Amino acid sequence: MPAYDVLVIGAGLAGQRAALAADEAGATVGILSKVHPVRSHSNAAQGGINAALDPEDSWESHAFDTVKGSDYLGDQDAIEIMCREAPQELLDLEHEGVTFHRDETGHLGTRAFGGASAARTYYVADITGQAILHVLYEQLMKHDEVERHEEWFVTSLLRGDDGAIAGAVVRNIRDGAMDLFAAKTVILASGGNGQVYNPTTNALICTGDGIAQAYRIGAPLMDMEMVQYHPTTLAGNGLLITEGARGEGAHLYNAAGERFMERYAPNKMELASRDVVSRAEQTEINEGRGFPDGTVALDITVVDKKRIHEALREIVNVGRDFAGVDITKEPIHIKPGNHYTMGGVKTDTDGRTEIEGLYAAGEVACVSVHGGNRLGANSLLDTLIFGRRSGAHAAARARGVEMPAPARASLDDERALIDAIVGRERTGRRVSEIKAELGETMDSKVAVFREQASLEQALAKVKDLKEEAKEVAIDDRGSVFNQDALGALELVYMLDNAECIVAAAIERKESRGAQFRTDFPERDDEQWLKHITVSADDEGAPRIGYSEVTMTQWEPQERKY
Amino acid sequence: MADYTLKLRRFDPESGQAAYWQSFDVDLGPERSVLDGILKARATEDGSIAIRCSCQAAICGSCAVRINGKSALACNTKLGEASANGVDEDGAIVVEPMGNMPVLKDLIVDMDAVHWKKIQRVTPWLLPEGDPPEREYIVPAEAMIDVTQAMACIQCGACVSACLSMEVDPEFIGPAALAKAYRFVADPRDGAAEERLRDLAEDPHGIYDCTHCFACIEACPKDVAPMDQIMRLRRRATSDYEIKDQNAGYGHEQAFVRIVEKWGTLHEGQMPVRSFGQGSMVRGQTDPSAVGKLLDSAETGVNTMRKVGPRRFFLHHKLPDQKQVKRIFKEIESKDERIELNMYIVGHAEEPGVAEEIEPRDVTLGAPAEGGTDS
Repeated sequence: MPAYDVLVIGAGLAGQRAALAADEAGATVGILSKVHPVRSHSNAAQGGINAALDPEDSWESHAFDTVKGSDYLGDQDAIEIMCREAPQELLDLEHEGVTFHRDETGHLGTRAFGGASAARTYYVADITGQAILHVLYEQLMKHDEVERHEEWFVTSLLRGDDGAIAGAVVRNIRDGAMDLFAAKTVILASGGNGQVYNPTTNALICTGDGIAQAYRIGAPLMDMEMVQYHPTTLAGNGLLITEGARGEGAHLYNAAGERFMERYAPNKMELASRDVVSRAEQTEINEGRGFPDGTVALDITVVDKKRIHEALREIVNVGRDFAGVDITKEPIHIKPGNHYTMGGVKTDTDGRTEIEGLYAAGEVACVSVHGGNRLGANSLLDTLIFGRRSGAHAAARARGVEMPAPARASLDDERALIDAIVGRERTGRRVSEIKAELGETMDSKVAVFREQASLEQALAKVKDLKEEAKEVAIDDRGSVFNQDALGALELVYMLDNAECIVAAAIERKESRGAQFRTDFPERDDEQWLKHITVSADDEGAPRIGYSEVTMTQWEPQERKY
Repeated sequence: MADYTLKLRRFDPESGQAAYWQSFDVDLGPERSVLDGILKARATEDGSIAIRCSCQAAICGSCAVRINGKSALACNTKLGEASANGVDEDGAIVVEPMGNMPVLKDLIVDMDAVHWKKIQRVTPWLLPEGDPPEREYIVPAEAMIDVTQAMACIQCGACVSACLSMEVDPEFIGPAALAKAYRFVADPRDGAAEERLRDLAEDPHGIYDCTHCFACIEACPKDVAPMDQIMRLRRRATSDYEIKDQNAGYGHEQAFVRIVEKWGTLHEGQMPVRSFGQGSMVRGQTDPSAVGKLLDSAETGVNTMRKVGPRRFFLHHKLPDQKQVKRIFKEIESKDERIELNMYIVGHAEEPGVAEEIEPRDVTLGAPAEGGTDS
């Protein structure tokens, strides 16, 4: 049985950063991912990474923008840490080889981003996430003492008799072999849950596995109702058009040709924070001022052509390949679309969850630095800062504990469970059908605008689908790359995620950040300036709790852009 | 809505059976992708169809396959286009796993065994000289933009799949790994450019193993143009470091350039003598090692002579206006600086508005037109 001081689950930015930090601290490290690390969804972060590196800028300004962006739900101690450590993290990446954009003097150059009071977004064309992910993977190849398990899947996390984390039951996707990994500490870095929605900008792999796995062994989730809709996604397939487009100066128009952001955010216009812009667009669309395909227009033609090719190259490709539009010549139709979950496994500023030895970092986690709404270019930062802090802390913790011996019986149980799925008589619907219904339900009832009755309908639907998922039909009876069986496991995780999202959205009877309740349209700091937590009760159903918002130096104000 | 037939190459390693073809009809519009088609077949007809896929937006690099024989990402190949560009006799879009790599199941290949092994071969991490500065490295903006073209690689393996040299020489380091190598060689922060170049030039399966066939450029979904990066490695190896490799790559290039300078077209008979003599005919005729290599390649020489005829093999005519060729050489060689243009600078070739903003300076002789590789 492989045994590690630190077992990292997920190999996107947070996971790789955690593994490298733990390795540097001298721990034995294993990193496991259900896809090859460079396929991770961190790739999709186009626009950049925020850091107050410029001497004219300050981490306090970055932190305040983040606090305001979060609609005051973000924990200010965590935000302070993230913003203070951002410049050094950025420089470390630069030193490791990330090809960040330079200005004409050869120094690092920036671009503007939404909700920010200074241009502090550092970038590599519009492939920033990809560029960083691939450079971290270079470092992982260099540090080959870190054992990589690529295309392995965790089926469940294990706790020991003392309640602390003990390891995980894992399955090698390539041959179906199952094993137990013992670990003194486990860092979850398995990403978000965008696939719960359809359409979404998220990749097919973003099924919230880690969130559900932690929830199932008793770790509380937090801010689950806060689901970000990105203002510029393609109608139909939900593909992302980077906020960098607006950062470079692109405008939004309704069907009447009005630059409608004037009415919603007269100062920041298109660069207000994402929840504000998405709500503005959805209001235009709902009130009949959108295009017949339920969209508004993003006009990038106002940006200098050479600049488009240099800085928005990927968007040129996306427009051409996926919408048939040359964005340098004509506006492209866009709408708000599911993009990011601010919520996740509740952690402290060292990534510790409420289960001893279990850590979480990146989108799977909720520190909470994003609160009700994440600012663009803060997600890469979140993954790296809290990935590194988790890795370092986990390595230190591992020095003081014995290697746990996870119970062999859990492996047998999990194996029996998967064998049962694979061998099941075909009676129910396929994974794809249940998933499609879930995605449609969430996108229509738990999206930009929400209200009690439709949220309750969504909850009822999710519960029905959970029942149905128990009998989901499988075609693949094999062991090698049985993606069908994997999909059945992911489906169950997605349904757990959905149930927690809806339960928290029902609970929060106010409007804050990404949660806009048409039946409670005001922010209510009296009652709701607090985090909602969700834990699994004895029956595995969501149990609501609360957690204080940590305030350090910024009192809640009215939020205007 | 149009109906498309996808003919998938299926292989189940647990069945004990050979690979076979299976067709699926999918009812999707022409603007939808081949991957959409495959996922629809999987969702509605057979959940056991295996293909790696994730982002569906040509970013993650998971879903490279061969579509009607051409290596490409399934997610950014439209059904309509795939159907228009050469279906089989039954009118089906033929989808197979990538080439040059062992198949594991259906459309999934073993990338570790080939692609990632080759990436590992080029020491794929930055080797800076000394300690890093307190702040960032100060480097020219153009240098970062230049290497960003290679950084745009998503490691999908389509170029490896399409590489004809690798088909002949499986040991060839190949287009993806060499493009990755360029990313370090051209990065001003890397302190090992010369060592890297020497290593890649001396390796018989290195930069001189590329036959200039353009297949990788055509296959690359991200305009990385791996072959261009290989040519850039060669230019740096020869022009910047004058690395005279044992594969006669340096000599071959020098011979080619000097022959064209002298005659205007290729003098086949002079090529081997000058190539093995590191670009010099005198050295080629006097250096014992060059003579040995010449003897080794005597068969090629005889075949070439048969092909072009003894007259052209020995006596090569000059172009009528050879002076003009000489003038071009003079003009280019008088430039102090070699200008490397890439897609992030020039945009698309079919975009006159963009290209016009660039001064019409060309790259070093022998370089293919860059920025026009958008396929």
